[in-house]
Amino acid sequence: MEEMERDPSTFIMGEDVALSAFGSTRGLIERFGAERVRDTPISEAGFVGAAVGAAMAGMRPICEIEIAPFIYCAFDQIVNQAAKLRYMSGGQARLPITFRTLYGAAGGAAAQHSETVYPHLLPVPGLKIVAPSGPADMKGLLKSAIRDDNPVVVFEHAALGRSREEVPDGDVLVPIGKASVKRAGKDVTVVAIGAMVPRAIAVANRLAADGIEAEVVDPRTLAPLDEQTLLTSLGKTNRMVIVDEAHLHGSAASEIAATMVEKGFDLLDAPIRRVAALDVPIPFSRPLEAAVLPDERRIEEAIRAVIG
Amino acid sequence: MDIGKELVLEMYRKMHRIRNFEQKIKDLTTAGEIPGFAHVSIGEEATAVGVCSALRPTDRITSTHRGHGHLIAKGGDVARMMAEIYGKRTGYCKGKGGSMHIADFSLGILGANGIVGGGIPIATGSALAAKLAKTGEVTACFFGDGAANEGTFHESLNLASIWKLPVIYICENNGFGEFTPTAAVTSVKDIAVRAKGYDIPGYVVDGNDVFEVYRHTSEAAARARAGEGPTLLECKTYRWEGHVVGEGAFISGKYRTEEEVARWKARCPIIALEKAVLESGMLKRDELDRVAQQAREEVEAAVQFARQSPLPEPSEANEDLWI
Ligand SMILES: Cc1ncc(C[n+]2csc(CCOP(=O)(O)OP(=O)(O)O)c2C)c(N)n1
Repeated sequence: MEEMERDPSTFIMGEDVALSAFGSTRGLIERFGAERVRDTPISEAGFVGAAVGAAMAGMRPICEIEIAPFIYCAFDQIVNQAAKLRYMSGGQARLPITFRTLYGAAGGAAAQHSETVYPHLLPVPGLKIVAPSGPADMKGLLKSAIRDDNPVVVFEHAALGRSREEVPDGDVLVPIGKASVKRAGKDVTVVAIGAMVPRAIAVANRLAADGIEAEVVDPRTLAPLDEQTLLTSLGKTNRMVIVDEAHLHGSAASEIAATMVEKGFDLLDAPIRRVAALDVPIPFSRPLEAAVLPDERRIEEAIRAVIG
Repeated sequence: MDIGKELVLEMYRKMHRIRNFEQKIKDLTTAGEIPGFAHVSIGEEATAVGVCSALRPTDRITSTHRGHGHLIAKGGDVARMMAEIYGKRTGYCKGKGGSMHIADFSLGILGANGIVGGGIPIATGSALAAKLAKTGEVTACFFGDGAANEGTFHESLNLASIWKLPVIYICENNGFGEFTPTAAVTSVKDIAVRAKGYDIPGYVVDGNDVFEVYRHTSEAAARARAGEGPTLLECKTYRWEGHVVGEGAFISGKYRTEEEVARWKARCPIIALEKAVLESGMLKRDELDRVAQQAREEVEAAVQFARQSPLPEPSEANEDLWI
């Protein structure tokens, strides 16, 4: 809301943004009206492409894709158009677009509404990808995303909409490309993404009773990755666990692990462990869903394993 | 005729520029001097020129894989286009785009596109921006008959209709999508009737008659600027050349007859223009010939410019991704 007041070229569009079906656009329609808070038909390729065109013509669109797996319907417009057109036009096109979407499992929504989608976009040059772990970072990163002149995809975890914390008032920006140490520790670095951050902190707090001090680092931005902050933490602890809700195969955790091994091999006293979703579609039934997702037990096992 | 002499000469110049440019591209690709795929639009010049002549310099277009004609019609510089197609650093996109991706934002050319139907939502969004910023600009969206079977076409027409966007959808129906006849894969005889489904005006236009295309586009642009929303124009035309230069080397048969091609060549849009203006006495033969000669020379000069331009340095591969 603050950003839409600040810059009249911003506008928001997506399915059911006026009534704020998922709470993220509450109050905007009253303030800015239907011109700038624009309900779209259920036409993901159409309106995502319209965001690309509007950006190329001088606007700063905020484009909501209700639930992240719906992005697949608009993949061409995001991957072939938004991400590539600046480069392919030799630097002519400006594409200041914020894509905003809910990802992840929040209980019983099944695979087409629960997937952690960002690994599909991580290898796409030309996209910035952020995945905040709480409301304060969400606000600060969203502001940065809207002001960024490049396309940014903001992944908000579906379960984090219910989380509560102090959010700084006013114009406080969280820079894109900067990780955050959420809990200091000296024995092991736990890199956690999105909704995995509170989970990792809960485990770390419990392990402190056993004398294990885990440092929890939230990358906040997945592309470009803040390698330096992760390597600094690894230099301190010499051990690393990476927790990612994505499917293990091709996960962000895999890419982070590869980078750490490549650039920080000499810092490692034990192999890196990844904790991620099992490689099956996220199942519907609660016990099945819980079995597939990374939980506190698996995080704790991984931490104890690397500490040995 | 309600179209002045200056404008007619300009149309004639651009049609010749396109014809010469495309002929060069064909010859140089065949000779192996130009890399990559080349889709030329010989025979379709009247549609590109008729549409763009009815636009203002500040209006915008989106184009397709078969886009050279649209870009030239909107004022694109043939030397920088040619250099791009040669992959040279002096090209419009510094060699990063090539034939299917030329753009010139300063002329409102938001780019050709390698994805069939990819430009249609982009044009729609460009029109949304004009509406939101109240600039009065119109966006013209070129695409082929094949693209009219992509979901983006349908999603975009619906969006533009409900939001009354200042956009003109121009379907260049040249009879084929690659090697498949349009009629074999399209539910309707005239794609223009699909406008009905989105409650917008749709017209079948003789795409080889530059004046008819111009008039329809002018009317559509006036409606768009008056806030009355989008129009679908289906321009019936024909591509004289193959889908892609050199296709004979890889397709295993014929998909059209010599007679059909000859029939359309007899309806050459450039000759049609000449006939109309000579018969009406608006222009004389030598005036036309002079313009045609200039267009040939410009394209020759463009080839020289492209040949003499440097290739990009490998280190430039890392530039232009971010702002
Ligand atoms: C999404 C997509 N599918 C397929 C292709 C391959 N392809 C390139 S041009 C073309 C035919 C397009 O036909 P039409 O839209 O009628 O344009 P024309 O080539 O006739 O000008 C196809 C199928 C592509 N580039 N993009």
